[in-house]
Amino acid sequence: MTTKPLLEVEDLRVRFHLRTGTVEAVRGVSFTLGRERLGIVGESGSGKSQTGRAILGLTPPPGEVIAKKLTFDGIDLLTASKRTLRTLRGGRISMVMQDPKYSLNPVMTIGEQIIEAYQAHTRSGRAEARDKALAMLEAVKMRDPARVFSLYPHEVSGGMGQRAMIAMMLVTDPDLLIADEPTSALDVTVSMEILRILDELVAERGMGLIFISHDLKLVSSFCDRVLVMYAGRVVEELEAKNLREAKHPYTQGLMRCLPTLANDVRPLPTLSRDPAWAQ
Amino acid sequence: MTGATLTQSGGHHALRFFLLRTLQFIAVLATTLLGLVAVTFFIGRIVPIDPVIAIVGDRAPPHVYARVRQELGLDLPMIQQFWIYLKKAISGDFGNSVLTTNPVMTDIINVFPATLELATLGTIIGCLVGIPLGVLAAVKRGSLVDQFVRVLGLVGYSVPIFWLGLMALLLFYAKLGWVEGPGRLDVTYSYMYTPVTGIVLIDTLMQGQMDAFWNAVSHIILPTCLLGYFSLAYISRMTRSFMLNELAQEYVIAARVKGLSEIKVIWRHALRNAAVPLVTVIALSYAHLLEGSVLTETIFAWPGLGQYITNSLQNADMNAVLGGTLVIGTAFVILNLLSDLLYRLLDPRTR
Repeated sequence: MTTKPLLEVEDLRVRFHLRTGTVEAVRGVSFTLGRERLGIVGESGSGKSQTGRAILGLTPPPGEVIAKKLTFDGIDLLTASKRTLRTLRGGRISMVMQDPKYSLNPVMTIGEQIIEAYQAHTRSGRAEARDKALAMLEAVKMRDPARVFSLYPHEVSGGMGQRAMIAMMLVTDPDLLIADEPTSALDVTVSMEILRILDELVAERGMGLIFISHDLKLVSSFCDRVLVMYAGRVVEELEAKNLREAKHPYTQGLMRCLPTLANDVRPLPTLSRDPAWAQ
Repeated sequence: MTGATLTQSGGHHALRFFLLRTLQFIAVLATTLLGLVAVTFFIGRIVPIDPVIAIVGDRAPPHVYARVRQELGLDLPMIQQFWIYLKKAISGDFGNSVLTTNPVMTDIINVFPATLELATLGTIIGCLVGIPLGVLAAVKRGSLVDQFVRVLGLVGYSVPIFWLGLMALLLFYAKLGWVEGPGRLDVTYSYMYTPVTGIVLIDTLMQGQMDAFWNAVSHIILPTCLLGYFSLAYISRMTRSFMLNELAQEYVIAARVKGLSEIKVIWRHALRNAAVPLVTVIALSYAHLLEGSVLTETIFAWPGLGQYITNSLQNADMNAVLGGTLVIGTAFVILNLLSDLLYRLLDPRTR
């Protein structure tokens, strides 16, 4: 669509200066993103979530973010003022988090939380915000938006909670959505439903999407392009449809670990790690 | 049609719930008080002090001693004494104080408002200062503010209250003369108003006696700040640890992702969750001030409940001690109920 990329990341590093020394969680990640779907896969601790947080400027202290280039729509995220970052966050870049049980505030109603997200970025009255929130709840296929609006997070199921989370994060029509393991806390059938809704909304609104997951299969079926991360680095970048042609031994290893329907492999191969990958 | 029946049954349900809660409260109150009376009563009878001697003196002839003992009912079996006490107590008669010769009830009505006034203001100061300090300390963890709150809390825990009270009196009353000294009110103002609630600040204000009001304010400022300081030492530490816990939660990150200002993230999201356990802490600290400001009351010659009970204890005035204990017990139960209700209000998960 547009030639100018939405997000440009070059040599991104996230460091944590701890008492025991400096830990580099992300070690030189580079990629560009247009209005497309990018998947980031990797095991726990590979730095995929920290990459997402760094883009949002939400690296927890004592973390430090360094990059040759980190721009969103031409805005330098590293030098932008806190104010600019805040208007970007939630307004143009949003994030769906892993478990709605923890990521929704337990003492505020779902409606209240969506309204708050909307009003943080628009000058709107209560009534308008309420209408928008209800419309958004309908967009994520809530059966009874008005009822869900006034419920508290503990009163809804995990799937409904995650739909409420998506509604909350998309109510401002952002340009980029980071979905950080959005279905890991849900069971399989519900997670398919959530993915369908996410898929529909992303396509409808023409957003860019960064889909972070540890599920290689899921990511390759959902995204256009896949980054495979290992120990804080991107070890492989490939088109999702060319997943079978992966060259890096880590990706190949991951692929081999997947059970197939056709031939029964016993025992399933496990991944043997080569320390050289982390170099 | 269905909607109508639904609301009706809902209303019915709520009413039943309310009735159940009230009954439950009365049951809890009754059991607590009964237990309290029993324990205090029997301890009072077992301790090796003789209330008869406290009245007649140790040189009284044996027949006088025996008569007073019989009048007090102390010659009866202990269970029977207890039963008599209970029957009287239910009709509001807690016996007479040996020390003041007034009915215990009258005495308590006179002294309790003084303590209530002091403890309430102390708790208000503790909350108004302690909560923001605790929040700041948690948000700026490890900073100068955090260290300051830590030291403030440590001093609050460890410095004896009577010493701090004496120092405060020495400095602000004796040396600088900024405030009035011990007592609730200067004698000149004592008859300018009629006690209605027993709380001097309210009574004088309601009756438009502004001079007396400001005099009372000047009197209460030191002891109330002192109690407020002790309460804030505790409340700020607890607020800090509750806030640290909440700030580490995922919903705080979500609130930041939404682009909310840090002020909203902290005060609207995190503090609203931290407020839930904080309610219990504040209620406990308030109850503590109600029962236990004996030292403060002594130093500031504050005619409150703590002083009354202590004096009674030292003079083997068991009726007064029992009455005072019951008042404190009731205050505890009521505060518990209040914090329970607030809990429900603040945390939808407990409804």
